[in-house]
Amino acid sequence: MAFESFADFLAMGKHGFYVWSAYGISAFLIIASMVLALRGQGQVRQTLARQQRRAELDAEVNDESRT
Amino acid sequence: MVWQTIKRWYHMLGSPRYFYTFSSLVLPWLTPIALVTLLTGLVWGLGFAPSDYQQGNSYRIIFIHVPASSGALMGYMALGVAGLVAVVWRMKMAEVMLKAIAPFGAALAAISLVTGALWGKPTWGTYWQWDARMTSMLILLFMYVGVIALQNVIRDPRQAARAAGLLAMVGVINVIIVKYSVEWVQTLHQGSTLKLFGESTINPAMKYPLLISMLGLWLLYAVNVLMRARTEVMWRERRSKWVAKLVTRPEKGER
Repeated sequence: MAFESFADFLAMGKHGFYVWSAYGISAFLIIASMVLALRGQGQVRQTLARQQRRAELDAEVNDESRT
Repeated sequence: MVWQTIKRWYHMLGSPRYFYTFSSLVLPWLTPIALVTLLTGLVWGLGFAPSDYQQGNSYRIIFIHVPASSGALMGYMALGVAGLVAVVWRMKMAEVMLKAIAPFGAALAAISLVTGALWGKPTWGTYWQWDARMTSMLILLFMYVGVIALQNVIRDPRQAARAAGLLAMVGVINVIIVKYSVEWVQTLHQGSTLKLFGESTINPAMKYPLLISMLGLWLLYAVNVLMRARTEVMWRERRSKWVAKLVTRPEKGER
């Protein structure tokens, strides 16, 4: 460990503000990009599943009206 | 022999369906490896690497600044290659990649600029200066944003890919400028102390955590690209049978 105590670690000399805001903003941007990628995946999957259900329902209705 | 292997890979990964299956196998391994590597590098760098004899502890910003900057540059090179393949050979997967590579690259370019500014203040006494390295890095962010915006504005995905591909190719010139800006014009930003070939001038106790967090962030970039590419492939192939089957009846392990 390069620091005497946890308080020392947080203080980062006199540069705690710079170091921790740099890491905070980086973490936010990285996590946001990962979450957006995941959410996009879920959304496409849901949209396609919904479209498909509708298509199957339509097919059934058409079958019934024909008989 | 090597050429044929490359050619086979090109054709296999060029098939959207094959890519989807392949990435399904890779992601469950790559994701945890990327996260563990990145966290190891960052914890080592933040808590265990020695402090700098001139900068004290503010230098610890390096462990995110350099990985993010190099990731943004490499990502843009990949974007340029995808753009070339998409424009010249109109390969579908290149178009997909053009869309998948840009967002995380833009985030990394933004991180590079923000962490650079926060490092500059205690070190140089200023958050920002129109130094060659910083200005070209800002342009890199704009290039990423431009590629993303073009793809969102143009409705037809194939035309969007052509336009974005051209912009991506042109922007590669800027990457070269970023890379050599510290050697051509020395104003504020220091030169590189980490060298791929030849002797690095950085202390080994700082070099290893830096290399590890760099590897971790690059791997995480790969994870992000694979995830986004899968989404794009699924959407583009939505009328195919294999996607229809995947959406309604995902088999075990197939997601």
